[in-house]
Amino acid sequence: MLAYVIRRLIATIPIMALVAIFVFLLLHLSPGDPAVIIAGDFATEAQIQEIRQQLGLNDPLHVQFWNWLMNLFRGDLGTSIYSGLPVSRLILQRVEPTLMLTLCTMVIAVTIAIPLGVVAAWKVGTWVDRVVMTVAVLGFSLPVFVLGYALILGGSVWLGWFPVQGYTSIFTSFTGFLAHITLPALTLGLVYMALIARMTRATMLEVMNEDYVRTAYAKGLSTRTVLVKHALKNAMVPISTTIGLGLALLIGGVVVTESVFAIPGLGRLTVDAVLRTDYPVIQGVILVFSLTYVMLNLLIDLSYVLFDPRIRY
Amino acid sequence: MTEAMTLSAAPPRPVPAGEPVLEVEDLRTYFDTRDGVVKAVDGLSFSLKPGEILGVVGESGCGKSITSLSIMQLVPRPPARFASGAIRFRGRDLLKLGHEEMRRIRGNEISMIFQDPMSSLNPVLTVGDQLTEAVILHQKLGKRAARDRAREMLDLVHIPEPERRLEEYPHQLSGGMRQRVMIAMALGCDPSVLIADEPTTALDVTIQAQILALMEEIRDKLKTAIILITHDLGVVAEMADRVLVMYAGRKVEEADVVELFERPQHPYTRGLMASIPRLTAAEMETAPPRLSEIPGIVPSLNALPPGCTFADRCPHVQDHCRRGYPPLEPKRPGHVAACWESHRLPEWQP
Ligand SMILES: Nc1ncnc2c1ncn2[C@@H]1O[C@H](COP(=O)(O)OP(=O)(O)O)[C@@H](O)[C@H]1O
Ligand SMILES: [Mg+2]
Repeated sequence: MLAYVIRRLIATIPIMALVAIFVFLLLHLSPGDPAVIIAGDFATEAQIQEIRQQLGLNDPLHVQFWNWLMNLFRGDLGTSIYSGLPVSRLILQRVEPTLMLTLCTMVIAVTIAIPLGVVAAWKVGTWVDRVVMTVAVLGFSLPVFVLGYALILGGSVWLGWFPVQGYTSIFTSFTGFLAHITLPALTLGLVYMALIARMTRATMLEVMNEDYVRTAYAKGLSTRTVLVKHALKNAMVPISTTIGLGLALLIGGVVVTESVFAIPGLGRLTVDAVLRTDYPVIQGVILVFSLTYVMLNLLIDLSYVLFDPRIRY
Repeated sequence: MTEAMTLSAAPPRPVPAGEPVLEVEDLRTYFDTRDGVVKAVDGLSFSLKPGEILGVVGESGCGKSITSLSIMQLVPRPPARFASGAIRFRGRDLLKLGHEEMRRIRGNEISMIFQDPMSSLNPVLTVGDQLTEAVILHQKLGKRAARDRAREMLDLVHIPEPERRLEEYPHQLSGGMRQRVMIAMALGCDPSVLIADEPTTALDVTIQAQILALMEEIRDKLKTAIILITHDLGVVAEMADRVLVMYAGRKVEEADVVELFERPQHPYTRGLMASIPRLTAAEMETAPPRLSEIPGIVPSLNALPPGCTFADRCPHVQDHCRRGYPPLEPKRPGHVAACWESHRLPEWQP
């Protein structure tokens, strides 16, 4: 197991290297000269040159890359062109809302979607199944921002149950946190829920035809025990793969959701950075998202061990 | 005794000597399909005495599995339905029981083992988990007691190192071991009836012989009545006390095993027997006989001909055979068969 983890970690190095090269080149291949942007609209040519020198933009590309990489290892992601603050600090400040939003979304989606999928499979062909599947299809076809504004309108404006926008840290006020995170998590989670519910239903339908499910019924076990203990445990490997792959889907949704609900997270940071062509920040955010994604995939693969004893690493 | 009293959790009343523990009467399990009604089991009656091994033989597709699943009430309804019949177990008609009542019988008083031990055990649960489940459920044993019981059961089916096996997963066991585990699982609650649906078909020949020996030993030790379903007459000859021959959802012949093999009254039974190669006991172990290839195929169960269902494949067929289905009649003492022509069949030469 440990050997496998180490092997997998080593295998992520080339992937992360490619990401690093891409991110680095982003700055140099994109239109617009960072020195010009930093210097502002009224800078003289001499001032721009000086900034160039400061940023090392006159060095050969490979030297620039090397320096940039070494800085990365030291945790130095550069300095924001817009605010002049270190990118690493900007990112750290924004991590909590995004992390919490993603976690809550995952928890809500998984705890709702898996039971729904199981029930749909159990009641396959009945109205229960049809309702669940209809909602799942809707979940796929509804754009995140439409759902987001609809929930704000319904839950905040009409019912007044939830604050309209913004974020409260879980460390400041737990209830405030819950009030702020519920609607965004639902918004972001619907597609995800739809995906997991469909996968759960399909896998369960397959597993429920297996001989060992018949064996379980032949023991006199209740339908509930058979479905949850015998069938669902077998269905968990494909389901957890979907949960993992679906997270990639979330990353795009996070950006939109944070904008709709004015949550000061990484998604908002990304949008703002793009609007301001703040390259160091864009680079930093992409690096963080990529690393998270690669690590998540590893975690998902490792989680199979929990569900299937035939899998050994 | 009133119905309500029989349903209480009291221990099942002992079966009076000589009385059957299980009686199936005129069972009809029909499937409503797009291609019409498939009469998988069509008017089947038989009974099973305590401690008896009843062999049920027939080619594949003739309704053996559906019969056993009907007794367990594990046929999917719909598409299946019970068009008629009664399945009396210790005086109660299983077809009239509710879900919960039936659950208390399954795996407790009537158990079943299946054909393929590779796929019949849950791959993600330990052997111990799967073995203790039924006794925890039905006998209300605690975790510890259930484990002791599981170890006992593994001993009973001659699995070495039971303590270690309890921790293992099915994929760590061989096919024969898995079928032993299945048997141990089925016997945990000391059922009075064990239904074994082709328990050795998926196994190697040497393992087959071991599993059959084990089942016989269990019958002798625990006095469990066994319905042994197989398409292998060789297995039946060795194991069964009585044999029921099924064809196209119906019983076509039934007799004690010796009587049946000496004087088969139905051409179908004869066809099955003709194909058993004559072998010594030792040869049986290495190359057990398989069911003969009787020319022709089993007719579709959704479009049975009006007369004898075997007519098209029967070497002794007469015109009148196609007019009506032959009644199941005693042909000799304790020997019934459904054939218009049985009295004219030539002497059987084993
Ligand atoms: N779900 C089903 N729908 C329709 N027909 C079925 C179904 N299950 C079984 N049958 C039919 O019932 C008949 C008996 O099957 P089975 O009892 O499995 O035969 P076997 O004697 O080989 O065990 C078969 O002809 C099969 O076509
Ligand atoms: Mg069968």
